[in-house]
Amino acid sequence: MASPLVSIDDLTVQFRTDRGWANAVEGVSFDIAEGECVGVVGESGSGKSVTALSILRLHARGAARYSTGAISYAGRDLLQASERDLRRIRGRDIAMVFQDPMSSLNPVLTICDQISESLRLHQGMSRAAARKKAIELLDLVRIPDAARRVDEYPHRLSGGMRQRVMIAIAIACRPRLLIADEPTTALDVTIQAQILELLRDLRAELGMAVMLISHDLGVIAEFARRVIVMYAGRIVEDAPVDVLFQSPRHPYTEGLMASMPALDGGAARLYAIPGRIPDPDETIDGCRFGPRCAHSEPICRTAPPRLIAIADGHRLRCTPRTRAADLT
Amino acid sequence: MARLIALRILQAAPVIVIVSILAFLLINLLPGDPAVVIAGDQASPEAIEAVRHNLGLDRPLIEQLGIWFVHLAHGNFGASLVLNQSVLSAMGERLPVTLSLAGLSIAITLPIGIFAGAIAAYYRQTWIDSFVMTVALIGVSVPAFWIAILSVILFSVILRWFPTSGYVEFSHDPGLWLRSLVLPAVMLSLFQIGFLARMTRSAMLDVLSQDFIRTARSKGLSEWTTVGKHAFRNALILIITAIGILLSTAIGGSVVIEQVFALPGVGRLVVQGILARDYPLVQGVMLIYGFAFVAINLAVDLLYTFADPRVRYD
Amino acid sequence: MTDIAAGSISGSLAPRRRFVLLRRLAGHRSFQVGLILVALLTLAAIFAPVITGVDPSSMKVRFRFKPPSEAFPFGTDNFGRDIFTRVLYGARVSLWIGLAVAAMSGLFGAVIGILAAQFRRLDAILMRVMDALMSFPAILLALGVTAALGPRMESVIIALTVAYVPAGVRIVRASALVVRELDYVEAARIAGASNIRIMVRHILPNSISPLIVHVTFVFAYAILAEAALSFLGVGVQPPTPSWGNIIAEGRDYATEAWWVMLFPGLGISLAALGLNLLGDGLRDILDPRLKGRG
Repeated sequence: MASPLVSIDDLTVQFRTDRGWANAVEGVSFDIAEGECVGVVGESGSGKSVTALSILRLHARGAARYSTGAISYAGRDLLQASERDLRRIRGRDIAMVFQDPMSSLNPVLTICDQISESLRLHQGMSRAAARKKAIELLDLVRIPDAARRVDEYPHRLSGGMRQRVMIAIAIACRPRLLIADEPTTALDVTIQAQILELLRDLRAELGMAVMLISHDLGVIAEFARRVIVMYAGRIVEDAPVDVLFQSPRHPYTEGLMASMPALDGGAARLYAIPGRIPDPDETIDGCRFGPRCAHSEPICRTAPPRLIAIADGHRLRCTPRTRAADLT
Repeated sequence: MARLIALRILQAAPVIVIVSILAFLLINLLPGDPAVVIAGDQASPEAIEAVRHNLGLDRPLIEQLGIWFVHLAHGNFGASLVLNQSVLSAMGERLPVTLSLAGLSIAITLPIGIFAGAIAAYYRQTWIDSFVMTVALIGVSVPAFWIAILSVILFSVILRWFPTSGYVEFSHDPGLWLRSLVLPAVMLSLFQIGFLARMTRSAMLDVLSQDFIRTARSKGLSEWTTVGKHAFRNALILIITAIGILLSTAIGGSVVIEQVFALPGVGRLVVQGILARDYPLVQGVMLIYGFAFVAINLAVDLLYTFADPRVRYD
Repeated sequence: MTDIAAGSISGSLAPRRRFVLLRRLAGHRSFQVGLILVALLTLAAIFAPVITGVDPSSMKVRFRFKPPSEAFPFGTDNFGRDIFTRVLYGARVSLWIGLAVAAMSGLFGAVIGILAAQFRRLDAILMRVMDALMSFPAILLALGVTAALGPRMESVIIALTVAYVPAGVRIVRASALVVRELDYVEAARIAGASNIRIMVRHILPNSISPLIVHVTFVFAYAILAEAALSFLGVGVQPPTPSWGNIIAEGRDYATEAWWVMLFPGLGISLAALGLNLLGDGLRDILDPRLKGRG
């Protein structure tokens, strides 16, 4: 197999709290291959967005620190790279789409301004060329009447349209990896489907890798080839999408499946995982999912489980289930 | 947008009327018999009667108000009892001094105050932030007239860098004009710089925590572009609203500063008017300033409207 | 999810929230420094007679223009009056005026602001009057009103209150307009609570935080403004010492006897500084929207 596009190795991100530094993400490792489509799923607080922001080091200054790990891209560690080098990667090689299109666009700059900015910066385009390209990009993300829309301010557009603009900004320089952090969460259901379809088409057209983050397994299922399930700052399961949906191994993944509304609408009652996700600075002995787990065993409370490959392309962090997998 | 402008102007109209009434009430607020107060305790009954008649105080209040408005409509803002001059001509003579002082002060305040506030916000919770904000806090806490007197002692009496007092007209000698105004203007600016820096810092902090700043960074923009373009343009909208307050405190502060530096401006005119019980003069000056600030506040409002595309196009 | 949590804070958790606020205030550094400064000055003002035992107006001509020494810590003025004593007594006048202006403008601000927010027809009139008052530069307005009412302490208080009420009204009105639309206020209205009851029980407590912050800053402004008015000769009149008029008297011989005007000026600066620090602390804790995170 060719070397991965981005490789995250043992990433630990800490946040400043009232009681010192707490691990928001702990020991996260995974690769993204060229052109691959990876889904990351988990509740809020699971560390999926923190992981994504770490790739481009976009956390607020002073609020977060990377205590261990490396994120390699094109032969260099992004966590150690200089701001200058990182800026050359941001928006050009790796781009990002954020959750809330209402607040992610600058209200006092025109759409044209906001799209052409990265074109002029990374590709040295002239103002006129960047404007022409901006209109093309708006066409590409299927915004009708692009030539007119390009001069408008964000507040004149609907949420779905704004998210299309965000996507246009992100793909402007044809990045090799697009990170989409809950790109549809803030949108209406019908718009959600359109945006996902757009992302899928763009991925095929541009051949870029996509890391899609969502709390919604349904969204991930439609989109990704491979799914990473995160819980309380750790990866608990990592599997190809069909394997994960047919035979989820981690009790948390099972819970997520059970709480997903059935597509035929037939489910009588939605399942909800009891309890809540622990705070980053909460100490829990053994497995961090233990207190909420219906299948918890004594061993779960004594030793923290390790993420272990149980099959080709399938990793699992659950001591009893890993053993069971070994025995079969 | 056009509707909004029309609405703002429509709202300003009653404010002008109320400003006129408030200024009118000033003389009627005088305790006891205004005519006696104005003419003085030692005045003869004839003198008191003359004052009463001249100012129309012998008529019913509502009639006085009517006359007041008729006069205003004709551009008659009253006349000084002491100076043998109309209020307009007295103010016309003094206004260039006050406007020079206030203008210079604003010119000093805007760049320094905005820069200091922006720097403090960008380097929040570092020694730069603490230092800038401590200086700004001292600026808004120290009385201007006191620090002005101390500065005269230091810079004019001891170091002899500036004249101790007095004003040179611009047309007479621009260099001396500037020299006569620099120290007063700087002293007038201390409070304003502190005020503007504190306000800019909080506006910038507000903007810097917004999502679109993260978007800007994710594009690979430099810190300079992110902060100077994306953040500052948003903060500027908030800062515009401070311009009216800055002008207002500059004019208010010029009253004491003119007194300290013996500058023959409107502020001194008012203080002399009050001490000489020249109430029509005080009344007229307040009225003119009141009108001016209704206009200034309207202009700031419209500027704000124009600066924010979210308001401009709705 | 978060909406539910946010909604319940203002309701049932109020007493606990108040406790948390107090604890956070106590831990806020600029609040601490401000509180200590203001407390020290207030104590000095209250116990002025105990601290000095000298009459602020007693003149001893043979002790004219004595520089600061053990006998006269702040020196003496042209009449041989002890500046230390005069500054202490001046603190009484200046702090009292500041406090009175802060309290009265806060009170009127709350009443007028809530009336304006509750009664739409009154609103238009009241706010135009406030706009008109705000059209005069504050010092100039205070100057005019004090001039009309005569140069006395009460006039200064009234004049500065008039000058600072409009800003308070705007603040209370703005937050009252927001609170008015909240669900539980709406619920109270549907349940048949009277307008007065809604104002007193629901809107006032929720509009009070920004007003407290504002009033603290007004306290500082009022001390500065009173000093300016007294300096100009239209405020508190000699022989009653106020920080402003001591400076005005000391100004004529500032080059020779710098101490006469130095110490009252320090008094004003420290008082305003303390109150501004207090206001900053209160704003950070009570009105966290205004505080930058990070």
